Amino acid sequence: MTRFLTRRQFGTLVSASAATLAMPGILRAENTGRLLIIGGGFGGASAARFARINYPDVSVTLVEPQTSFVTCPYGNLILGGKRALSDITHSYDGLRARGVDVIHDRAQEIDADGHRVTLASGDVLDYDKLILSPGIGLRWNAIEGYDEAASEVFPHAWWGGDGSQISLLRAQLEALPEGGVVGLAIPDNPFRCPPGPYERISMIAHHLKQANPTAKILAFDAKEGFAKQGLFENAWAELYGDMIEWIPASGDGRIMRVDPGNKLFISEFGEEHSVDMGNVIPPQYAASIARDAGLANDSGWVPVDPRTFEAEAASDIHVIGDANIGTPMPKSGYIANSTAKTAVTAALAEMSGRPAWDDPVYFNTCYSHAGEDYGISVAATFRLSEDGIAATPDSGGVSLQGDLSEMARTRRLEARYADAWYDSITDDMFS
Amino acid sequence: MMRQKLLAAAVAITCAGWPLTALGDDADGHMLAQACAGCHGADWGGQGPISDLRGYDHEAFLRAWAEFQADERPATIMNRIARGYSEAEIAALADYFSSLE
Repeated sequence: MTRFLTRRQFGTLVSASAATLAMPGILRAENTGRLLIIGGGFGGASAARFARINYPDVSVTLVEPQTSFVTCPYGNLILGGKRALSDITHSYDGLRARGVDVIHDRAQEIDADGHRVTLASGDVLDYDKLILSPGIGLRWNAIEGYDEAASEVFPHAWWGGDGSQISLLRAQLEALPEGGVVGLAIPDNPFRCPPGPYERISMIAHHLKQANPTAKILAFDAKEGFAKQGLFENAWAELYGDMIEWIPASGDGRIMRVDPGNKLFISEFGEEHSVDMGNVIPPQYAASIARDAGLANDSGWVPVDPRTFEAEAASDIHVIGDANIGTPMPKSGYIANSTAKTAVTAALAEMSGRPAWDDPVYFNTCYSHAGEDYGISVAATFRLSEDGIAATPDSGGVSLQGDLSEMARTRRLEARYADAWYDSITDDMFS
Repeated sequence: MMRQKLLAAAVAITCAGWPLTALGDDADGHMLAQACAGCHGADWGGQGPISDLRGYDHEAFLRAWAEFQADERPATIMNRIARGYSEAEIAALADYFSSLE
Protein backbone atom coordinates (compact mmCIF):
# COMPACT_ATOMS: atom_id res chain seq x y z
CA MET A 1 0.00 0.00 0.00
CA THR A 2 1.70 3.23 -1.05
CA ARG A 3 1.22 6.67 0.31
CA PHE A 4 -0.41 7.61 -2.95
CA LEU A 5 -3.50 5.99 -1.65
CA THR A 6 -5.70 8.85 -0.56
CA ARG A 7 -7.52 8.91 2.72
CA ARG A 8 -10.78 8.36 0.90
CA GLN A 9 -9.50 5.26 -0.83
CA PHE A 10 -8.02 3.96 2.38
CA GLY A 11 -11.30 4.51 4.19
CA THR A 12 -13.23 2.67 1.50
CA LEU A 13 -10.87 -0.28 1.66
CA VAL A 14 -11.07 -0.80 5.37
CA SER A 15 -14.44 0.58 6.40
CA ALA A 16 -16.30 -2.68 5.97
CA SER A 17 -13.48 -4.73 7.39
CA ALA A 18 -13.59 -6.22 10.84
CA ALA A 19 -9.85 -5.62 11.01
CA THR A 20 -10.60 -1.99 11.79
CA LEU A 21 -12.27 -3.01 15.01
CA ALA A 22 -9.22 -4.94 16.08
CA MET A 23 -7.14 -1.78 16.06
CA PRO A 24 -7.49 -0.12 19.44
CA GLY A 25 -8.98 3.32 19.38
CA ILE A 26 -9.62 3.32 15.67
CA LEU A 27 -13.12 3.73 14.39
CA ARG A 28 -13.31 4.28 10.70
CA ALA A 29 -16.87 3.12 10.22
CA GLU A 30 -18.08 6.13 8.35
CA ASN A 31 -15.45 8.49 7.13
CA THR A 32 -17.69 11.48 7.05
CA GLY A 33 -14.69 13.65 6.42
CA ARG A 34 -10.95 13.87 6.07
CA LEU A 35 -9.16 16.21 8.42
CA LEU A 36 -5.56 16.82 7.44
CA ILE A 37 -3.25 18.49 9.93
CA ILE A 38 0.11 19.89 8.91
CA GLY A 39 2.56 20.35 11.78
CA GLY A 40 2.80 18.18 14.89
CA GLY A 41 3.61 20.79 17.51
CA PHE A 42 1.51 22.51 20.15
CA GLY A 43 -1.20 23.45 17.65
CA GLY A 44 -1.21 20.42 15.38
CA ALA A 45 -0.78 17.66 17.95
CA SER A 46 -3.45 19.23 20.17
CA ALA A 47 -5.80 19.43 17.20
CA ALA A 48 -5.16 15.80 16.27
CA ARG A 49 -5.81 14.47 19.77
CA PHE A 50 -8.89 16.62 20.25
CA ALA A 51 -10.34 15.65 16.87
CA ARG A 52 -9.67 11.96 17.44
CA ILE A 53 -11.45 11.99 20.83
CA ASN A 54 -14.40 14.16 19.93
CA TYR A 55 -15.00 13.32 16.25
CA PRO A 56 -14.48 9.56 15.99
CA ASP A 57 -16.15 9.41 12.59
CA VAL A 58 -13.69 11.80 10.93
CA SER A 59 -10.37 10.50 9.63
CA VAL A 60 -7.40 12.41 11.03
CA THR A 61 -4.02 12.53 9.29
CA LEU A 62 -1.04 14.40 10.74
CA VAL A 63 1.97 15.34 8.62
CA GLU A 64 5.14 16.18 10.53
CA PRO A 65 8.74 15.83 9.34
CA GLN A 66 10.28 15.10 12.74
CA THR A 67 9.79 11.56 14.06
CA SER A 68 9.70 12.90 17.62
CA PHE A 69 8.89 16.36 18.92
CA VAL A 70 11.29 18.50 20.94
CA THR A 71 9.36 21.24 22.74
CA CYS A 72 10.59 24.82 22.80
CA PRO A 73 9.03 25.25 26.26
CA TYR A 74 11.40 23.81 28.85
CA GLY A 75 14.28 23.98 26.36
CA ASN A 76 15.69 26.77 28.51
CA LEU A 77 15.80 24.37 31.44
CA ILE A 78 18.38 22.34 29.53
CA LEU A 79 20.58 25.45 29.61
CA GLY A 80 19.98 25.72 33.35
CA GLY A 81 20.98 22.07 33.82
CA LYS A 82 17.52 21.20 35.14
CA ARG A 83 16.37 19.01 32.24
CA ALA A 84 17.92 16.69 29.64
CA LEU A 85 16.94 16.65 25.98
CA SER A 86 15.14 13.34 26.48
CA ASP A 87 12.87 15.02 29.08
CA ILE A 88 11.47 17.39 26.45
CA THR A 89 11.28 14.93 23.54
CA HIS A 90 7.89 13.39 22.80
CA SER A 91 6.81 10.43 20.71
CA TYR A 92 3.90 10.38 18.26
CA ASP A 93 3.01 6.81 19.27
CA GLY A 94 0.24 8.00 21.59
CA LEU A 95 -1.51 9.78 18.72
CA ARG A 96 -1.03 6.72 16.52
CA ALA A 97 -2.61 4.53 19.21
CA ARG A 98 -5.62 6.85 19.14
CA GLY A 99 -6.00 6.28 15.42
CA VAL A 100 -4.28 9.36 14.03
CA ASP A 101 -2.51 8.50 10.79
CA VAL A 102 0.89 10.10 11.45
CA ILE A 103 3.01 10.60 8.34
CA HIS A 104 6.62 11.72 8.81
CA ASP A 105 7.19 13.80 5.74
CA ARG A 106 7.40 17.48 4.89
CA ALA A 107 4.34 19.19 3.43
CA GLN A 108 5.70 20.92 0.36
CA GLU A 109 2.80 22.56 -1.41
CA ILE A 110 -0.85 23.32 -0.74
CA ASP A 111 -3.35 23.36 -3.57
CA ALA A 112 -6.16 25.24 -1.83
CA ASP A 113 -8.59 25.04 -4.75
CA GLY A 114 -7.95 21.33 -5.28
CA HIS A 115 -7.98 20.58 -1.53
CA ARG A 116 -4.74 18.70 -1.91
CA VAL A 117 -1.30 18.76 -0.29
CA THR A 118 1.88 17.51 -1.94
CA LEU A 119 4.56 16.09 0.34
CA ALA A 120 8.33 16.19 -0.17
CA SER A 121 8.25 12.49 -1.07
CA GLY A 122 5.89 13.33 -3.94
CA ASP A 123 2.90 11.73 -2.26
CA VAL A 124 -0.36 13.65 -2.49
CA LEU A 125 -2.99 13.87 0.25
CA ASP A 126 -6.57 14.98 -0.36
CA TYR A 127 -8.47 16.73 2.40
CA ASP A 128 -11.88 18.13 3.17
CA LYS A 129 -10.52 20.45 5.88
CA LEU A 130 -6.93 21.43 6.53
CA ILE A 131 -5.55 22.53 9.89
CA LEU A 132 -2.26 24.26 9.21
CA SER A 133 -0.01 24.65 12.24
CA PRO A 134 3.41 25.07 10.69
CA GLY A 135 5.06 27.30 13.28
CA ILE A 136 7.58 29.97 12.44
CA GLY A 137 10.21 30.59 9.85
CA LEU A 138 13.38 32.45 10.79
CA ARG A 139 14.16 35.52 8.69
CA TRP A 140 17.69 34.65 7.69
CA ASN A 141 19.83 37.73 6.94
CA ALA A 142 17.28 40.11 8.50
CA ILE A 143 20.19 40.58 10.86
CA GLU A 144 23.05 41.02 8.40
CA GLY A 145 25.32 37.99 8.44
CA TYR A 146 22.90 35.78 10.32
CA ASP A 147 22.10 32.88 8.02
CA GLU A 148 21.72 29.17 8.57
CA ALA A 149 25.51 28.66 8.58
CA ALA A 150 25.91 31.40 11.19
CA SER A 151 23.42 29.58 13.42
CA GLU A 152 26.03 26.84 13.83
CA VAL A 153 28.25 29.43 15.55
CA PHE A 154 25.59 31.61 17.16
CA PRO A 155 22.70 29.17 17.72
CA HIS A 156 19.16 30.52 17.72
CA ALA A 157 17.64 27.52 19.53
CA TRP A 158 14.24 29.01 18.70
CA TRP A 159 12.70 25.96 17.21
CA GLY A 160 12.82 22.48 18.67
CA GLY A 161 13.74 20.58 15.51
CA ASP A 162 15.92 17.61 16.36
CA GLY A 163 17.20 19.27 19.52
CA SER A 164 20.59 20.09 18.00
CA GLN A 165 20.28 23.86 18.43
CA ILE A 166 19.50 23.82 22.15
CA SER A 167 22.16 21.14 22.66
CA LEU A 168 24.74 23.31 20.88
CA LEU A 169 23.88 26.29 23.06
CA ARG A 170 24.24 24.15 26.18
CA ALA A 171 27.62 22.81 24.99
CA GLN A 172 28.88 26.36 24.34
CA LEU A 173 27.75 27.41 27.79
CA GLU A 174 29.69 24.56 29.37
CA ALA A 175 32.78 25.50 27.34
CA LEU A 176 32.58 29.22 28.16
CA PRO A 177 35.97 30.53 29.40
CA GLU A 178 36.09 31.70 32.98
CA GLY A 179 34.64 35.18 33.19
CA GLY A 180 33.48 34.98 29.56
CA VAL A 181 30.73 37.02 27.91
CA VAL A 182 27.43 35.52 26.69
CA GLY A 183 25.63 37.74 24.18
CA LEU A 184 21.95 37.49 23.29
CA ALA A 185 20.21 39.28 20.45
CA ILE A 186 16.46 39.54 21.04
CA PRO A 187 13.98 40.60 18.35
CA ASP A 188 11.19 43.14 18.21
CA ASN A 189 7.54 42.01 18.44
CA PRO A 190 5.85 39.91 17.24
CA PHE A 191 7.82 36.73 17.81
CA ARG A 192 7.38 33.23 19.23
CA CYS A 193 7.14 33.01 23.03
CA PRO A 194 7.40 36.61 24.31
CA PRO A 195 8.83 35.72 27.77
CA GLY A 196 11.11 33.03 26.31
CA PRO A 197 14.29 35.10 25.85
CA TYR A 198 14.10 36.35 29.43
CA GLU A 199 13.59 32.89 30.87
CA ARG A 200 16.59 31.90 28.77
CA ILE A 201 18.69 34.72 30.27
CA SER A 202 17.61 33.51 33.72
CA MET A 203 18.48 29.87 33.07
CA ILE A 204 21.87 30.79 31.57
CA ALA A 205 22.55 32.86 34.68
CA HIS A 206 21.38 29.99 36.87
CA HIS A 207 24.00 27.75 35.28
CA LEU A 208 26.77 30.37 35.35
CA LYS A 209 26.14 31.30 38.96
CA GLN A 210 27.34 27.82 39.92
CA ALA A 211 29.79 26.98 37.11
CA ASN A 212 31.29 30.31 36.11
CA PRO A 213 30.26 33.05 38.55
CA THR A 214 32.43 35.82 37.07
CA ALA A 215 30.87 35.42 33.60
CA LYS A 216 28.65 38.18 32.14
CA ILE A 217 25.42 38.12 30.16
CA LEU A 218 24.78 40.97 27.72
CA ALA A 219 21.19 40.87 26.47
CA PHE A 220 20.71 43.16 23.47
CA ASP A 221 17.06 43.84 22.79
CA ALA A 222 15.32 45.46 19.83
CA LYS A 223 12.48 46.50 22.17
CA GLU A 224 11.95 48.92 25.03
CA GLY A 225 10.21 46.46 27.31
CA PHE A 226 9.22 42.82 27.59
CA ALA A 227 6.84 40.28 29.08
CA LYS A 228 6.83 39.96 32.90
CA GLN A 229 9.64 42.55 32.94
CA GLY A 230 9.22 43.67 36.54
CA LEU A 231 9.21 40.10 37.80
CA PHE A 232 12.23 39.08 35.73
CA GLU A 233 14.28 42.13 36.67
CA ASN A 234 13.45 41.62 40.31
CA ALA A 235 14.51 37.97 40.08
CA TRP A 236 17.75 38.86 38.30
CA ALA A 237 18.69 41.36 40.99
CA GLU A 238 17.76 38.93 43.77
CA LEU A 239 19.44 35.85 42.34
CA TYR A 240 22.26 36.92 40.05
CA GLY A 241 23.59 40.27 41.31
CA ASP A 242 25.15 42.22 38.42
CA MET A 243 25.74 39.24 36.12
CA ILE A 244 22.99 40.29 33.69
CA GLU A 245 22.90 43.50 31.70
CA TRP A 246 19.77 44.08 29.63
CA ILE A 247 20.19 46.72 26.92
CA PRO A 248 16.97 48.13 25.41
CA ALA A 249 16.67 49.58 21.88
CA SER A 250 17.02 53.09 23.24
CA GLY A 251 20.33 52.06 24.80
CA ASP A 252 21.58 50.87 21.39
CA GLY A 253 20.34 47.34 22.02
CA ARG A 254 19.22 46.63 18.48
CA ILE A 255 21.69 44.26 16.82
CA MET A 256 21.91 44.95 13.06
CA ARG A 257 24.79 42.72 12.03
CA VAL A 258 26.70 39.74 13.37
CA ASP A 259 30.19 38.52 12.51
CA PRO A 260 30.33 34.89 13.61
CA GLY A 261 33.96 34.47 12.49
CA ASN A 262 35.14 37.18 14.88
CA LYS A 263 32.36 36.58 17.45
CA LEU A 264 31.00 40.10 17.12
CA PHE A 265 27.54 41.63 17.57
CA ILE A 266 27.25 45.02 15.82
CA SER A 267 24.59 47.45 17.03
CA GLU A 268 22.41 50.00 15.29
CA PHE A 269 24.92 52.78 16.06
CA GLY A 270 27.84 50.67 14.85
CA GLU A 271 29.16 49.61 18.23
CA GLU A 272 31.07 46.32 18.04
CA HIS A 273 30.50 44.00 20.97
CA SER A 274 32.87 41.09 21.38
CA VAL A 275 31.26 37.96 22.85
CA ASP A 276 32.61 34.53 23.73
CA MET A 277 29.35 32.92 22.68
CA GLY A 278 26.17 34.30 21.21
CA ASN A 279 22.50 33.35 21.07
CA VAL A 280 20.80 35.16 18.18
CA ILE A 281 17.02 35.00 18.17
CA PRO A 282 16.27 36.46 14.76
CA PRO A 283 13.09 38.15 13.52
CA GLN A 284 10.46 35.65 12.40
CA TYR A 285 7.46 35.11 10.15
CA ALA A 286 5.05 32.28 9.39
CA ALA A 287 6.72 29.07 8.20
CA SER A 288 7.32 28.89 4.44
CA ILE A 289 4.47 26.48 3.64
CA ALA A 290 1.96 29.14 4.74
CA ARG A 291 3.72 31.98 2.93
CA ASP A 292 4.23 29.95 -0.25
CA ALA A 293 0.51 29.12 -0.30
CA GLY A 294 -0.25 32.84 -0.38
CA LEU A 295 -1.90 32.81 3.03
CA ALA A 296 0.30 35.46 4.68
CA ASN A 297 0.00 39.22 4.26
CA ASP A 298 2.86 41.73 3.96
CA SER A 299 3.75 41.21 7.62
CA GLY A 300 4.71 37.62 6.86
CA TRP A 301 2.03 36.27 9.22
CA VAL A 302 -1.38 34.81 8.31
CA PRO A 303 -4.59 36.82 8.82
CA VAL A 304 -7.41 34.56 10.04
CA ASP A 305 -11.03 34.75 11.11
CA PRO A 306 -10.78 35.10 14.90
CA ARG A 307 -13.76 32.77 15.44
CA THR A 308 -12.79 29.89 13.14
CA PHE A 309 -9.10 30.52 12.34
CA GLU A 310 -9.93 30.00 8.70
CA ALA A 311 -7.37 31.86 6.61
CA GLU A 312 -8.70 35.05 5.06
CA ALA A 313 -7.04 34.06 1.79
CA ALA A 314 -8.38 30.50 1.41
CA SER A 315 -11.44 28.56 2.52
CA ASP A 316 -11.19 25.23 4.36
CA ILE A 317 -7.68 26.03 5.61
CA HIS A 318 -7.56 26.87 9.33
CA VAL A 319 -4.26 28.33 10.45
CA ILE A 320 -3.39 28.00 14.13
CA GLY A 321 -0.38 28.48 16.37
CA ASP A 322 2.46 30.93 15.97
CA ALA A 323 1.95 31.37 12.19
CA ASN A 324 -1.28 33.33 12.46
CA ILE A 325 -2.12 36.87 13.48
CA GLY A 326 -3.95 36.48 16.77
CA THR A 327 -3.14 39.82 18.33
CA PRO A 328 -3.34 40.56 21.25
CA MET A 329 -2.89 36.86 22.03
CA PRO A 330 0.75 35.86 22.44
CA LYS A 331 2.44 33.35 20.16
CA SER A 332 2.53 30.71 22.88
CA GLY A 333 2.14 26.96 23.14
CA TYR A 334 -0.93 27.34 25.33
CA ILE A 335 -2.66 29.63 22.83
CA ALA A 336 -1.84 27.15 20.06
CA ASN A 337 -3.38 24.37 22.16
CA SER A 338 -6.44 26.44 23.09
CA THR A 339 -7.18 27.76 19.62
CA ALA A 340 -6.50 24.36 18.01
CA LYS A 341 -9.60 22.96 19.66
CA THR A 342 -11.79 25.87 18.59
CA ALA A 343 -10.46 25.62 15.05
CA VAL A 344 -11.30 21.91 14.93
CA THR A 345 -14.90 22.54 16.01
CA ALA A 346 -15.19 25.20 13.30
CA ALA A 347 -13.58 23.08 10.60
CA LEU A 348 -15.71 20.03 11.34
CA ALA A 349 -19.02 21.74 12.16
CA GLU A 350 -20.58 21.21 8.79
CA MET A 351 -19.54 17.61 8.24
CA SER A 352 -20.13 16.46 11.82
CA GLY A 353 -23.36 18.32 12.46
CA ARG A 354 -21.99 19.50 15.77
CA PRO A 355 -21.97 23.28 15.99
CA ALA A 356 -18.77 25.28 16.12
CA TRP A 357 -18.00 27.03 19.39
CA ASP A 358 -19.42 30.41 18.50
CA ASP A 359 -18.57 32.34 21.68
CA PRO A 360 -15.06 31.00 22.30
CA VAL A 361 -12.83 31.86 25.22
CA TYR A 362 -9.16 31.51 24.34
CA PHE A 363 -6.86 30.77 27.21
CA ASN A 364 -3.24 31.46 27.94
CA THR A 365 -0.84 30.90 30.79
CA CYS A 366 2.90 31.31 30.36
CA TYR A 367 5.09 30.11 33.19
CA SER A 368 8.78 30.98 33.33
CA HIS A 369 11.54 29.65 35.55
CA ALA A 370 13.72 32.51 36.77
CA GLY A 371 15.87 30.34 39.05
CA GLU A 372 15.76 27.38 41.42
CA ASP A 373 12.26 27.08 42.91
CA TYR A 374 11.47 30.43 41.33
CA GLY A 375 8.46 30.36 39.01
CA ILE A 376 6.54 33.35 37.65
CA SER A 377 3.53 33.51 35.37
CA VAL A 378 1.21 35.56 33.24
CA ALA A 379 -2.34 34.48 32.49
CA ALA A 380 -5.19 35.80 30.34
CA THR A 381 -8.45 34.87 28.70
CA PHE A 382 -9.38 36.32 25.33
CA ARG A 383 -12.72 36.77 23.61
CA LEU A 384 -14.08 37.96 20.32
CA SER A 385 -14.48 41.70 20.13
CA GLU A 386 -15.81 44.16 17.56
CA ASP A 387 -12.46 44.42 15.83
CA GLY A 388 -11.10 40.92 16.41
CA ILE A 389 -9.88 39.56 19.70
CA ALA A 390 -9.54 41.27 23.08
CA ALA A 391 -8.26 40.29 26.51
CA THR A 392 -11.02 39.95 29.12
CA PRO A 393 -10.86 43.12 31.24
CA ASP A 394 -10.12 43.09 34.99
CA SER A 395 -8.65 39.61 34.93
CA GLY A 396 -5.46 37.75 34.28
CA GLY A 397 -2.12 39.48 34.64
CA VAL A 398 1.19 38.54 36.21
CA SER A 399 2.31 36.99 39.50
CA LEU A 400 2.38 39.21 42.56
CA GLN A 401 5.45 41.42 42.79
CA GLY A 402 7.44 41.46 46.00
CA ASP A 403 10.75 40.60 47.61
CA LEU A 404 11.81 37.00 47.71
CA SER A 405 11.77 37.06 51.51
CA GLU A 406 7.99 37.47 51.37
CA MET A 407 7.30 35.65 48.11
CA ALA A 408 9.44 32.51 48.42
CA ARG A 409 6.46 30.19 48.88
CA THR A 410 4.57 31.68 45.93
CA ARG A 411 7.64 31.44 43.68
CA ARG A 412 8.25 27.84 44.73
CA LEU A 413 4.61 26.88 44.15
CA GLU A 414 4.61 28.50 40.73
CA ALA A 415 7.72 26.54 39.79
CA ARG A 416 5.91 23.32 40.75
CA TYR A 417 2.79 24.42 38.86
CA ALA A 418 4.94 25.19 35.82
CA ASP A 419 6.24 21.61 35.87
CA ALA A 420 2.67 20.31 36.16
CA TRP A 421 1.63 22.56 33.26
CA TYR A 422 4.36 21.05 31.11
CA ASP A 423 3.31 17.49 31.92
CA SER A 424 -0.39 18.24 31.41
CA ILE A 425 -0.17 20.12 28.16
CA THR A 426 2.21 17.62 26.57
CA ASP A 427 -0.23 14.86 27.61
CA ASP A 428 -2.99 16.91 26.00
CA MET A 429 -0.95 16.82 22.80
CA PHE A 430 0.57 13.36 22.72
CA SER A 431 -1.19 10.93 25.09
CA MET B 1 -25.52 -4.52 10.19
CA MET B 2 -21.86 -4.00 10.96
CA ARG B 3 -22.19 -0.47 9.73
CA GLN B 4 -25.13 0.21 12.04
CA LYS B 5 -23.24 -1.12 15.01
CA LEU B 6 -20.24 1.00 14.18
CA LEU B 7 -22.40 4.06 13.80
CA ALA B 8 -24.03 3.41 17.15
CA ALA B 9 -20.60 3.08 18.73
CA ALA B 10 -19.53 6.33 17.12
CA VAL B 11 -22.56 8.13 18.52
CA ALA B 12 -22.00 6.67 21.98
CA ILE B 13 -18.39 7.80 22.05
CA THR B 14 -19.39 11.21 20.78
CA CYS B 15 -21.93 11.65 23.53
CA ALA B 16 -19.57 10.43 26.23
CA GLY B 17 -17.04 13.08 25.26
CA TRP B 18 -19.52 15.85 24.85
CA PRO B 19 -22.45 15.65 27.25
CA LEU B 20 -25.69 16.73 25.67
CA THR B 21 -26.66 18.50 28.88
CA ALA B 22 -24.02 21.15 28.25
CA LEU B 23 -25.05 21.82 24.69
CA GLY B 24 -28.37 23.41 25.53
CA ASP B 25 -27.01 25.74 28.17
CA ASP B 26 -25.86 29.32 27.79
CA ALA B 27 -22.21 28.34 27.69
CA ASP B 28 -20.43 25.27 26.37
CA GLY B 29 -18.91 23.56 29.40
CA HIS B 30 -17.09 20.94 27.37
CA MET B 31 -15.30 23.54 25.29
CA LEU B 32 -14.63 25.88 28.22
CA ALA B 33 -13.13 22.95 30.13
CA GLN B 34 -10.62 22.31 27.36
CA ALA B 35 -8.50 25.18 28.64
CA CYS B 36 -8.28 23.62 32.12
CA ALA B 37 -6.68 20.47 30.68
CA GLY B 38 -3.45 22.36 30.06
CA CYS B 39 -2.67 22.32 33.80
CA HIS B 40 -5.20 20.07 35.53
CA GLY B 41 -4.33 17.01 33.44
CA ALA B 42 -5.31 16.07 29.91
CA ASP B 43 -8.40 14.31 31.27
CA TRP B 44 -8.80 16.78 34.16
CA GLY B 45 -7.63 14.12 36.62
CA GLY B 46 -5.09 16.38 38.31
CA GLN B 47 -1.34 16.69 37.77
CA GLY B 48 1.24 16.76 40.57
CA PRO B 49 0.12 19.45 43.02
CA ILE B 50 -2.73 20.60 40.75
CA SER B 51 -6.19 19.42 41.71
CA ASP B 52 -8.36 16.71 40.17
CA LEU B 53 -11.49 18.31 38.68
CA ARG B 54 -13.43 15.15 37.87
CA GLY B 55 -16.59 14.75 39.88
CA TYR B 56 -16.04 18.08 41.62
CA ASP B 57 -19.11 18.82 43.76
CA HIS B 58 -21.21 21.42 41.95
CA GLU B 59 -21.74 23.75 44.92
CA ALA B 60 -18.16 23.40 46.13
CA PHE B 61 -16.91 24.31 42.66
CA LEU B 62 -19.03 27.48 42.54
CA ARG B 63 -17.93 28.42 46.05
CA ALA B 64 -14.24 27.86 45.31
CA TRP B 65 -14.50 29.90 42.13
CA ALA B 66 -16.18 32.82 43.91
CA GLU B 67 -13.50 32.74 46.59
CA PHE B 68 -10.76 32.79 43.97
CA GLN B 69 -12.42 35.76 42.28
CA ALA B 70 -12.58 37.65 45.57
CA ASP B 71 -9.03 36.73 46.65
CA GLU B 72 -10.53 34.93 49.65
CA ARG B 73 -8.85 31.63 48.86
CA PRO B 74 -5.10 31.00 48.78
CA ALA B 75 -3.94 31.16 45.17
CA THR B 76 -1.00 31.93 42.95
CA ILE B 77 -2.80 32.04 39.62
CA MET B 78 -6.39 30.74 39.90
CA ASN B 79 -7.50 34.09 41.36
CA ARG B 80 -6.30 35.87 38.21
CA ILE B 81 -7.83 33.22 35.95
CA ALA B 82 -11.15 33.02 37.82
CA ARG B 83 -11.85 36.71 37.21
CA GLY B 84 -11.79 36.09 33.45
CA TYR B 85 -15.05 34.12 33.30
CA SER B 86 -18.74 35.06 33.36
CA GLU B 87 -21.35 33.56 35.68
CA ALA B 88 -22.87 31.49 32.88
CA GLU B 89 -19.45 30.14 31.97
CA ILE B 90 -18.62 29.26 35.57
CA ALA B 91 -21.97 27.47 35.92
CA ALA B 92 -21.29 25.53 32.72
CA LEU B 93 -17.88 24.50 34.08
CA ALA B 94 -19.45 23.39 37.37
CA ASP B 95 -22.02 21.35 35.41
CA TYR B 96 -19.33 19.79 33.31
CA PHE B 97 -16.84 18.85 36.01
CA SER B 98 -19.48 17.58 38.42
CA SER B 99 -20.72 15.29 35.63
CA LEU B 100 -17.31 13.71 35.00
CA GLU B 101 -16.33 10.50 36.73
